[in-house]
Amino acid sequence: MTRLKRSIRRIWQDFYLAIIMIFLYAPIATMIVLSFNSSKSRNQWGGFTWSWYTQMFASRNIMDALHNTLLIAFLSALIATLIGTAASIAINSMKQVPKTILMGITNIPMLNADIVTGISLMLAFLAFGISLGFRTVLIAHITFNIPYVILSVMPKLKQTSRSTYEAAMDLGAGPVYAFFKVVFPDILPGVLSGFLLAFTMSLDDFIITHFTRGAGINTLSTLIYSEVRRGIKPSMYALSSVIFVVVLALLLISNFAPKKKHS
Amino acid sequence: MKNHVGIAVSLAAVSLAALLTACGGSESAPSASESQSSSAAADSGSESGDLAGTTLYVYNWGEYIDEDVIDQFEEETGIEVVYDLFETNEEMYPVIEAGGVTYDVVCPSDYMIQKMIENDMLQAIDFDNVPNFDQIDPAYIEMSQAFDPENLYSVPYCWGTVGILYNTSLIEELGVDPPTSWADLWDERLADEILMQDSVRDAFMVALKKDGYSMNSTDEAELQQAKQDLIDQKPLVQAYVIDQVRDKMIGGEAAVGVIYSGEMLYIQEEVESLGLDYELEYVIPEEGTNLWIDSWVIPANAQNKAGAEAWINFLCRPEIAKQNFEYITYPTPNKGAFDLLDEETQNNKSVFPDIDSLANSEVYEYLGEDVDTIYNDLWKEVKSN
Amino acid sequence: MSKKILSWPYVLWMTGFILIPLALIVYYGLTDKSGAFTLANVIAITTAEHSKALWLSLALSFGSTVICLLLAYPLAMILRNRGVGQNSFIVFIFILPMWMNFLLRTLAWQTLLEKNGVINAILSMLHLPTQSLINTSGAIILGMVYNFLPFMVLPIYNVLCKIDDDTINAARDLGANFWQTLLWVWIPLSVPGVISGITMVFVPALTTFVISSLLGGSKILLIGNVIEQEFTKGSNWHLGSGLSLVLMVFILISMAIVAKYDKNGEGSGF
Repeated sequence: MTRLKRSIRRIWQDFYLAIIMIFLYAPIATMIVLSFNSSKSRNQWGGFTWSWYTQMFASRNIMDALHNTLLIAFLSALIATLIGTAASIAINSMKQVPKTILMGITNIPMLNADIVTGISLMLAFLAFGISLGFRTVLIAHITFNIPYVILSVMPKLKQTSRSTYEAAMDLGAGPVYAFFKVVFPDILPGVLSGFLLAFTMSLDDFIITHFTRGAGINTLSTLIYSEVRRGIKPSMYALSSVIFVVVLALLLISNFAPKKKHS
Repeated sequence: MKNHVGIAVSLAAVSLAALLTACGGSESAPSASESQSSSAAADSGSESGDLAGTTLYVYNWGEYIDEDVIDQFEEETGIEVVYDLFETNEEMYPVIEAGGVTYDVVCPSDYMIQKMIENDMLQAIDFDNVPNFDQIDPAYIEMSQAFDPENLYSVPYCWGTVGILYNTSLIEELGVDPPTSWADLWDERLADEILMQDSVRDAFMVALKKDGYSMNSTDEAELQQAKQDLIDQKPLVQAYVIDQVRDKMIGGEAAVGVIYSGEMLYIQEEVESLGLDYELEYVIPEEGTNLWIDSWVIPANAQNKAGAEAWINFLCRPEIAKQNFEYITYPTPNKGAFDLLDEETQNNKSVFPDIDSLANSEVYEYLGEDVDTIYNDLWKEVKSN
Repeated sequence: MSKKILSWPYVLWMTGFILIPLALIVYYGLTDKSGAFTLANVIAITTAEHSKALWLSLALSFGSTVICLLLAYPLAMILRNRGVGQNSFIVFIFILPMWMNFLLRTLAWQTLLEKNGVINAILSMLHLPTQSLINTSGAIILGMVYNFLPFMVLPIYNVLCKIDDDTINAARDLGANFWQTLLWVWIPLSVPGVISGITMVFVPALTTFVISSLLGGSKILLIGNVIEQEFTKGSNWHLGSGLSLVLMVFILISMAIVAKYDKNGEGSGF
């Protein structure tokens, strides 16, 4: 391939990435602009203001919801990643029939409409006599998060060859040691993206949370939906913008911070 | 492995941030409530000392109270309020019915209150504990009898009408006269300029009222005719929306929209402050419309009934009702609060319409499960057409 | 054997929180309000409104899945080729939008697409004719693609990262051009990721109701809207459950068709 051809391809690729980025970030940009809009309406510009930001930090409701949302997302993603990764490893080593059955079960939460999962979980909690509250929301989030972890880890596991793992065992490594030395590094990206997906799904969920939550437990989603009747307050846009900027900043820092030598 | 270090680091950072916020939040939350309850305990003794320290679970519409009012209530009574929100009556109902969470005081709308009464889900309010009930205009107590025949279970909180909001300059451009009746929403010149409500009862109310029937009709032929009307209207409709009417109308997206009157004060202020080159007018159609009332009720499984009554009583206090009205802008049935308002607001017909313009108006009634199913099926036919 | 222990927490969890709740849905779906057995809730799918809604949902979610795949595959390839020796910062960039609330993001699209919206404002500034974008099935597909694209990109990217550069170079050395490598090396090796991606996009697209209400102006009734209404507005959980069962069967069939193309016969589980 000539150098010219390569650089033309590079330009095309950059162009493609840019288009996708615009597509993904246009609504985010809109949201950030709206968070500075002194008018409460979504499609009129009333002038620049910071007031939604001060209102947001002053609101007990919003701050409580933020705290719940992050805590639930983090805990549910963590627990789902542990259970899901362990399960993937077990499932991967199973025979065809039990494997198919387990994977079938895994897919059920993804096949069901959210509202069905939500209501069925609520019915089950009530049948078991578990009162609705923080716990039930957490359980529900773990439940719908596990499949995302498994679906992220399984493809990676399929690509790892059994022979390296067995070779390590032949060379005297214990199964646990062999796993962490040989298999785990290979599936780590899958595990991480599973965690990330789970975290993301949990942040975003409304319907399942709505039916499984108890009194006073609001997440940002349930709070936003409850505002829908009276129109969404721009403090919500302000909060989203803050989350966005914080996460982006963390990413940038971790990206451009000096890397350790061994890598 | 190099490229995964990035992921790990940033993940760790994000998680750490999450944890930090989590810890910060949980530390500050109890201390805040502690200080509130302790300061409240000091001055609550006189009125309702035995209620201090109890917890009250309140279930209300989103953005339907001035948050400051909750703080005042907590301070005055020493009751700790757990305040919770719902978006629609239909979402609220199964939550109360299932009983997984027990709320002490809830604010549903008329027909839903009737359904809850019929299903034994409410308990009668002890009005001796709600002396401020006499501040409520008797007219609204009478209206409440449509869904609470003996006025045993509910105390009106907000009320309003459903009407047509129109954009004066867009109407003019299209060469249409300002709408005065529901029938005007079938004008073909308004193609793609109409916003309809996306809820079964509201949509059928428009069609039934246009045809001169009751909005609580259970007559098969009347409902079929209403359905056919709605199907005929569908090509003219730009969108079926619930909450978006307000923003879309302010943004000049459509010429006419069916809207709840409660938003009018806000809309008028907004149009003025944005300096828009058009005006938005609200009209109650001449065929009559839906008159709705949201009222406080106490579920049968409430744990803190006395607290709930103290809550209702507090909200009926004229100064508090006025403060609430100024925040939510939906018309208040509280006579005492109305008298405290300035004259301009009192005379604002979009907010407080003349009672005689409501002559043909009705309150929604709960029609029973079977009729509900018929309405839903017909609405589905409209939507899938 | 020892590995099987690892699946126990999972099996317990899924029994308690998936199978038992699912059994409740099956029970509701196959009974009427008095509790007697009936197939009416399942057969209800054949009525004109329901079958039309199902057909529309299948068409729209199929369309958005295909578009997601077409957009995501080249994207994942570019990211993979650039990611080598760099960092995964760029991958995060594609997930970050999902951390904004779903409803807010979709409302923001309304602001962009409306008659007096941002896109039309830009068009008229450039003296181009304005378009009516909102409240169409195109807007719904756009909403679906926007919300679910990351679910397609991630699994494909993950699988592509595992493909060894040597394999690609070997194919090149043997004289394969770009398209041949794509067809005979890239695609076959990435099938598991593609199938995961299709599952993760197709299913939520098929059951969504928020996107169709907000971007379709509620004029287009999808099966997700029907089920949602039966549960929240109609209070007919029996019909809602029955229709969900039908929907699950449709999803299973679609997934089985997809899994047929999975040469390893392992797919993502079907």
